[in-house]
Amino acid sequence: MATMTDDTNLDAHANSPGLTTADGMPLKAALARAQSNAKRRALFLVLPLLLFVLITFIMPIGQMLHRSIHNDGFTLHTDITTKAETPIMVNLRAWFDDNPRGTAPDEQAYAALAQDLLVLRAVKAAGQAGTRINYERSGSRSMFTKAARQARKLEPPFEAAMLDMDDEWADPELWAAMRDSSSAYTPNFYLAAVDLTRDVAGDVTQVDENRRVYGKLFVRTLLLSLLITGTTFLLAYPVAHLLATLPMRHSNLLMILVLLPFWTSLLVRTTSWMVLLQSQGVVNDTLVGTGILADDNRIQMMYNQTGTIVAMTHILLPFMILPLYSVMRTINPSYVRAARSLGATSWTAFRRVYFPQTIPGIGAGALLVFILSVGYYITPALVGGADGQLISNLIAFHMQRSLNWSLAAALAGLLLAGILILYWLYDRLVGIDNLKLG
Amino acid sequence: MKLKTILLTTAVSSMAFGAHAADLTVMSWGGSYTKSQVEAYHKPFTAETGISITSVDSDNPATPIKAQVEAGNVTVDVADVEFSDAVRLCDEGLLEEIDTSILPPAPDGTAATDDFIEGAIQDCAIANIVWSTVFAFNRDNNETAPDSIDDFFNLADFPGKRGLRKSAKATLEMALMADGVPADEVYDILDTDEGVDRAFAKLETIKDSIVWWEAGAQPPQLLADGEVVMSTAYNGRIFNAAIAENQPLEVVWDGQILDFDLWVIPKGAPNLEEALKFVAYSTGTERLADQASWISYGPARKSSGAMVGLYSDGKTEMASHMPTAEANLGNALVNNFEFWVDNDAELNERFNAWLAQ
Repeated sequence: MATMTDDTNLDAHANSPGLTTADGMPLKAALARAQSNAKRRALFLVLPLLLFVLITFIMPIGQMLHRSIHNDGFTLHTDITTKAETPIMVNLRAWFDDNPRGTAPDEQAYAALAQDLLVLRAVKAAGQAGTRINYERSGSRSMFTKAARQARKLEPPFEAAMLDMDDEWADPELWAAMRDSSSAYTPNFYLAAVDLTRDVAGDVTQVDENRRVYGKLFVRTLLLSLLITGTTFLLAYPVAHLLATLPMRHSNLLMILVLLPFWTSLLVRTTSWMVLLQSQGVVNDTLVGTGILADDNRIQMMYNQTGTIVAMTHILLPFMILPLYSVMRTINPSYVRAARSLGATSWTAFRRVYFPQTIPGIGAGALLVFILSVGYYITPALVGGADGQLISNLIAFHMQRSLNWSLAAALAGLLLAGILILYWLYDRLVGIDNLKLG
Repeated sequence: MKLKTILLTTAVSSMAFGAHAADLTVMSWGGSYTKSQVEAYHKPFTAETGISITSVDSDNPATPIKAQVEAGNVTVDVADVEFSDAVRLCDEGLLEEIDTSILPPAPDGTAATDDFIEGAIQDCAIANIVWSTVFAFNRDNNETAPDSIDDFFNLADFPGKRGLRKSAKATLEMALMADGVPADEVYDILDTDEGVDRAFAKLETIKDSIVWWEAGAQPPQLLADGEVVMSTAYNGRIFNAAIAENQPLEVVWDGQILDFDLWVIPKGAPNLEEALKFVAYSTGTERLADQASWISYGPARKSSGAMVGLYSDGKTEMASHMPTAEANLGNALVNNFEFWVDNDAELNERFNAWLAQ
């Protein structure tokens, strides 16, 4: 009965202040408590997923972004087994702090360097420090490892002793690189990721013409991804329409044909394309066999951009078909019929009535395909040759071969930022609420 | 009763897991090369010590090692890496140092340090083989057989696609050698800007005809498919395709680039003791000689050389297929690891930029 009264109270005086429940509690607080219980329960239910996303997704991405601006190769040595941390290059850093950029290194600077080399030798960090400088100035690595090996033999005057060992120690570029690296936080990796560098005076300049590569690849990745999105759209639209309009038993069969490659391993599909497209492959053999092509005139369809486009279009096709299909199936056929009966030509009925209703599907499919292809890696690596490479292949290169993870992280960070901008643009232009994935 | 069964199974399976933890994980390059190691090292080692070995493959084992050690989650006990990577990883403190006193002496009593070829013993790495980057061709697809590194870059007389490893290392050296630079001057010239320009200019002449490969198993496949008429390759892979699989492939030794492959133990390897045991065992005179009967890579010990006999098919004489055979060393270059440790980053950056042009 008490609850009954509460309810009537609630209805009658919900907005009046100072209202209490039967046990004398302010109604607002009671409501908040009841709701917070429900919220807590909801949170409890989604907690596993939340933790999972946090641990496996947000944290690694945060770590990656941190790595792109942070590299302590020249400031801190961590022993791998004992986890003991030793600051390195402390004397040199003190000298950099006391002397502004552009100061020519004096005897004091060389003395600091020599002292730091002794530390490098003691904790075996010469390779690490040298690698860090090598990112900024090539050929510096072995100078550090060699100098650390001979560090104990160095005697004042240090300037003469260092230059005697290797006269490149006087190179202003080297000193600029050491200055830049002497703080763990640096924007240099982002500069490198857009083909920029800092010169001796600290000004940002473009790198040599023959070393510019990332800008070009970002543009190529963008253009190829747009192209692949376009081709998948052209191929998927009629197929999805057919799937949506055929009677169920036929469309189910067709659907399986669409899904079958989707369930096949990516590597198998890519390799199948290699079998088809290579110059001694099925397609070329058929063309030569039927006399369309001369034997010494085979078309090069693989190890170039053509290969990347063909294989990726095929692999990403289901991601376009499925959202389109799910939207088209819900479109009532009587709309088009109504348009036709009111005198529209079939083209007008399609353009003004049918097509606008499929836009949520197009948006979803295009966004999916585009984002997937921007980050695509295996297929271009296998069939792309030299000019079919995308930015992801260079990220992989720096992750796996050059082991310059900070640069890889900076490239990946830029890619991520680019995608977020596109996503935001999409939201502004089409509206994310209009997205329909299935 | 049921509970008892469950407890029992749990106990048994955890025991099984416990035993599993003592197994060694050895990482190598895959294909016929890994097979040769499994036959010559892993199987006899397991038979002798009872320690079983899990073999895993990578396109370049140096990469996962850095990742694993830095992440503090090392699963590999022993890995097979190239010379410059071994030196670099060691400098960065990512590898365990290997005490040379664990290495067994040669059968005649020569100490291991004298028995290994010069440079084969490093602070953190022990070489097992000498391999080489050569170029090979398919007899069926070449009217005249190429016989020098010049021919690889000669599109007029030898038309057709070329396969090259997608990496600056070895590629630039070969370009210079084809441009007429004697082997002993290659690294001096490559150390100058003009030298690098010269190498890229030479590569530019065949750029449009190049198919790039990354994994060692690719070149024999590309050659056999007729996708390329010539390709650089690891010499042992070509040997195995030619002898074991009867492919019409042939190696051209002119302009070959010799290199070591070395065993390294990542810092924090889960089974350090067994890993050391394995490295010592597998680099013994007899084991190295045995590996040479599975693939045409030269053993890193002098005392193994004399024991190299027939290929595992029982009829092919191995000696002439070795990169270190006298007849094959006419115009050969020894990879300068120090040059690559230093210049790897810059030259590969330039190489990537050149590729993307």
